Amino acid sequence: MSNRISRRKLITTGLATAAGVSGLGVAAVLAERYNLIPPDHGGIFGAGETLTYAAQRILTSHHSLAREFNRSDISKVIPINGKPPETDPYQRLHAKGFQDWRLIVDGLVARPSSFSLADLKRFPPRTHITHQACEEGWSFIAECTGVPLSYVLNLVGVSTKAKFVVFFPFDDSWDSLDMPDAWHPQTLLAYGMNGQDIPTGHGAPLRLRVPRQLGYKSVKYLSRITVTDTVKNIGKGMGSIAPEYGYSWYAGI
Amino acid sequence: MAESAYLPGVTIQNADVLDSPRHSALVRVTHWIHTLSFLALVLSGIAILLAHPRLYWGETGAREGPSLIDLPLPFVLDIPIRGPGRYLHFLSAWVCVLTGLLYVLSGLFTRHFRKNLVPSKTDLGWKPIMRVVSNHMRLKRPTEAESQSYNVLQRLTYLAVVFVLFPLVIWTGLAMSPAITSVFPAIVTVFGGQQSARTIHFFVSVALVLFLVIHIAMVRLAGFKNRMRAMITGHAAARKEPS
Repeated sequence: MSNRISRRKLITTGLATAAGVSGLGVAAVLAERYNLIPPDHGGIFGAGETLTYAAQRILTSHHSLAREFNRSDISKVIPINGKPPETDPYQRLHAKGFQDWRLIVDGLVARPSSFSLADLKRFPPRTHITHQACEEGWSFIAECTGVPLSYVLNLVGVSTKAKFVVFFPFDDSWDSLDMPDAWHPQTLLAYGMNGQDIPTGHGAPLRLRVPRQLGYKSVKYLSRITVTDTVKNIGKGMGSIAPEYGYSWYAGI
Repeated sequence: MAESAYLPGVTIQNADVLDSPRHSALVRVTHWIHTLSFLALVLSGIAILLAHPRLYWGETGAREGPSLIDLPLPFVLDIPIRGPGRYLHFLSAWVCVLTGLLYVLSGLFTRHFRKNLVPSKTDLGWKPIMRVVSNHMRLKRPTEAESQSYNVLQRLTYLAVVFVLFPLVIWTGLAMSPAITSVFPAIVTVFGGQQSARTIHFFVSVALVLFLVIHIAMVRLAGFKNRMRAMITGHAAARKEPS
């Protein structure tokens, strides 16, 4: 009797394990195929990151739009986090009102280009009033004006091999977006905030604005944008400098 | 004929009751996975909260503006606990939610909730509830018969934890995600905004921690070793080995 039960148990456990392992295998292949694995998928926390990223990418696959607000909702206080770059090039450009500043766009593109602030302001603008939360806990609502990143990507002609758009500011930090967020209609290269040129502390002359992610993905003080098929050779290969400090690459939370 | 068929049935049923574990294997396994993931969530939650121990109501809030509550805690921004805390928070949230789903689905399927947790109508009156409350106030240990099943207060508390507090803490957690709310805006607008969701998330977490403290105190009062043994092996008292 007990023998029969243990045999039955053995068979069920074996079948369940086999199903589980092959299920995981299939899931891994599908996740790889549909770009559902984040660059910081390694380490002990990787499973959680991968689940969050994959689940949210599937949920938001129809280019869902972040909530937009009314003018009356704009926050009276908009805190400034961090300091402008102290690097020489930035300080020199800042002193001249960013007249000589240019945004370089290169990598896996048909026409590597560079754009002045005046060039960017000539492109069809988009303005939105969105909520931005800092991972620390505070948040604000502000109006952002800029050119959609997708417009610039179309101008330079992005290769079909592209998987990430990498953003380099005038300091040591860097970050990247996957293609769904890079092509997202609300993702802006913002030069204006609340109807004025973007203030220095908020990222002048140009910052990224990604309303479907936490504030730290909205890179300030942009200098160069690179389109690439892999982020393995940049920094520690985790898609951003953030994971090197323990913060996840994907911040849709 | 009917009688003889009935009697063995009773004997078997009784033997079953005596032999069947106090907690099923699935309840025991999910209980301890929950314990670990919940402790990880509380610790990492504190690490995240300490970056900004101020609570707000509505959509927005910042240090430079008015707050709802200033918690008597320091702003910890320089000690690197928040980054790893965030990674741990989301990993343990997945473990907690997936285990919770398994527990709830199996509890519905095996009628565990209906059999062991939903109070009977007669127990839901003012008198029976007050009797249990007064027993608790006097720290009266349950009789052997009483300790075979949950009293009305336990039942209501467990149901509230499983079907109100946990769903609410998950909901308010998701309501803070700009990606999730881009798909389901209503999950945050019902609370009046992202900061309201954060504040509710905090207070529901406090309620869950309070539950944990009382839960442990009650387990101690009811006999720590016996209750622990029941939740680990399934059986309350050590079973006699056949001689």
